[in-house]
Amino acid sequence: MTSTTLLLLVFGMGAIAWFFGRLKAAGLRSAASSPKRALHSLPNYHGWYVALWAIIPALLFVTVWNIVSPSLITEAALTSPAAQQLPQEGFARGTILSEARSIAYGNQSNAFNPLSRTMVGPYEEAISYYQTIGALAALLLVFACGAFAWLRIKPDLRARTKIERVTMMALLIASLIAIVTTVGIFLSLVFETARFFSMVSPIDFLFGTEWNPKAVAGPRGETGFGAIPLFWGTVFIGAIIAMIVAIPLGLMSAVYLTQYAPPRFRAWMKPILEVLAGVPTVVYGYFAALTVAPALRDFAVSIGIAGASSESALAAGLVMGIMIIPFVSSMADDSIAAVPSAMRDGSLAMGATKSETIKKVLIPAALPGVVGGVLLAVSRAIGETMIVVMAAGLAANMTANPFSSVTTVTTQIVKLLTGDQEFDSPKTLAAFALGLVLFIVTLLLNLIALRVVKKYREAYE
Amino acid sequence: MTNSKNEMISAGDGSPKMTTRNVNVFYGDKQAINDVSIDVNMDNVTAFIGPSGCGKSTFLRCLNRMNDTIPIAKVTGEITLEGEDIYSPTMDVVQLRARVGMVFQKPNPFPKSIYDNVAYGPRIHGLAAGKDELDNIVETSLQRAGLWGEVKDRLLDSGTALSGGQQQRLCIARAIAVDPEVILMDEPCSALDPIATAKIEELIHEIRGRYAIVIVTHNMQQAARVSQRTAFFHLGTLVEYGETSEIFTNPTETQTRDYITGRYG
Ligand SMILES: Nc1ncnc2c1ncn2[C@@H]1O[C@H](COP(=O)(O)OP(=O)(O)OP(=O)(O)O)[C@@H](O)[C@H]1O
Ligand SMILES: [Mg+2]
Repeated sequence: MTSTTLLLLVFGMGAIAWFFGRLKAAGLRSAASSPKRALHSLPNYHGWYVALWAIIPALLFVTVWNIVSPSLITEAALTSPAAQQLPQEGFARGTILSEARSIAYGNQSNAFNPLSRTMVGPYEEAISYYQTIGALAALLLVFACGAFAWLRIKPDLRARTKIERVTMMALLIASLIAIVTTVGIFLSLVFETARFFSMVSPIDFLFGTEWNPKAVAGPRGETGFGAIPLFWGTVFIGAIIAMIVAIPLGLMSAVYLTQYAPPRFRAWMKPILEVLAGVPTVVYGYFAALTVAPALRDFAVSIGIAGASSESALAAGLVMGIMIIPFVSSMADDSIAAVPSAMRDGSLAMGATKSETIKKVLIPAALPGVVGGVLLAVSRAIGETMIVVMAAGLAANMTANPFSSVTTVTTQIVKLLTGDQEFDSPKTLAAFALGLVLFIVTLLLNLIALRVVKKYREAYE
Repeated sequence: MTNSKNEMISAGDGSPKMTTRNVNVFYGDKQAINDVSIDVNMDNVTAFIGPSGCGKSTFLRCLNRMNDTIPIAKVTGEITLEGEDIYSPTMDVVQLRARVGMVFQKPNPFPKSIYDNVAYGPRIHGLAAGKDELDNIVETSLQRAGLWGEVKDRLLDSGTALSGGQQQRLCIARAIAVDPEVILMDEPCSALDPIATAKIEELIHEIRGRYAIVIVTHNMQQAARVSQRTAFFHLGTLVEYGETSEIFTNPTETQTRDYITGRYG
């Protein structure tokens, strides 16, 4: 019996359990003189009560069984006479066993190694044996637990309360999954980074100015893992050039939309801006690499700037700034709209014009919210990958010339991890260290931004 | 009620500071003010009373054109300030509001320092030639608003850090700072406790005569205490307008009598 049929059976029996639970409760209810007082909960809840009792323990059992049964199966297969002829050496033995297992499960049709073929028989036997045991136990569990719950149905059983508790648990688990995953990612980053730092000193990595990663250290012990040029490139593109574009444009568009735009224009514009935020970044990347970058290079050459490259910081930064505008604009929009209208009226009643009111009252009052929005935008910009991979280049230059090529943390992570790399060479592990730095920085930025925004919201409540 | 509705009601002696003639206000299709004519006098504090929703705020906001900020609001009729039609195209609304100041129901100081709050108006209207003059204006305004003693050592603290009553006096100081001719107050004490209220009433007594004051209030005793003339509104119409003492002791309309004696349903 495959696991799919087993699951279907379990759920089918659950449905039957639901039916019987409901039936019994409905019977109790109609037997009583006053239906309202007959049962603590409605019959439906009793149905669910029995069904959940029938299904959940069985599902838990199936999960656990799926985890432990493979090793039981292998053990059983190894006790067969055919196993005696297997080589004792780990690697060859492992390949043979895994090949035999795939054939037994039907994932593979014929074996390369004749020894595997001899193991297929014992494997198939063990598999069907343990699968049958598992299925029988699961079905028994469904029946036993369902019957137990069914017997417990009495007029005063608090089925509703119990079902609600189960619902709450399910919601809690769902919300924990995202957090647990993030923590897991973080831990794996930390773990790999620690391995990296056992090969390259953290000081060299964080404060070194030469980025030229080598798998083996050079003659003077230099490793070329100085990440400062990457940090600089990231900041230069994401936090300087992109923000010079995004902050004024985003702010002005927010002011126009909240203060001047006729309601109908606003009703169109806001969704359009929000759609812009959803354009895949690879599209912006194309635009940066194929349109903006060449144009900028030609321009730079025509005005005689030395070191102009076709992959320039400016091209990547400009396009990234455009990409970020909707974020800045929508955060600024929200904060300006959150300034109480009494403040605006107070200023207008003093005889201030609309633009004076905006400049002197609304924007200062909305500033903390705007700053929060900008920090969020920065954290997005420095984590952005596609645009810089396509337009910023790979040369780790420490330069403030926007027309020359710089590289960023994300670009280098992509470069380090693509291609054939050994998984435990420092070059690969460096990607994890870079990822960790990026993770921590964006996390901090987000934390600060959310704090600032929250403080600001409280100020007007 | 009906006989007084369409007649012009005199504001007593002296030429009126502001006059309104046959004013109607519409929010979209809904009429909020129906044919109101009132004169506001310089020497008097004028109180607007009436049940909630009768249009007191709406009418008050016509007097400095704050209704312009509500897109669906439409005002017809004639309103003058010293004989000048304030809704005429030649009237500059910025100047109008410098001459007709306003204090709101909820204190709304700007999130700036106390000093900057008071200096806000003089700065945008360019009333002070230099720093000294501006300091001067700030000090006099705060003094007139009865707040100077409490804040003179903390002028650079945020205006929003003051108590509610102090904030409201700060808003009055802010309005005074541009030296307006008329000050409109929309329920200025409704968010304050009795002591803070008493301070504001005292302040109104002190500045009366210097500015024409129009105050909207739900508090009958307050209207009786601070005003010389009272207008009673009901459902967007002006029911009765006259000397406060008359209105409160011997009103002509039974509706007015019912309202001020609390029998109004
Ligand atoms: N911005 C607006 N848009 C539409 N209708 C409005 C608006 N402001 C006020 N109204 C309507 O106009 C009428 C008069 O309102 P107004 O605020 O002038 O009453 P009020 O006498 O000041 O009441 P209160 O004593 O409760 O402050 C009410 O029916 C109100 O619903
Ligand atoms: Mg009102």
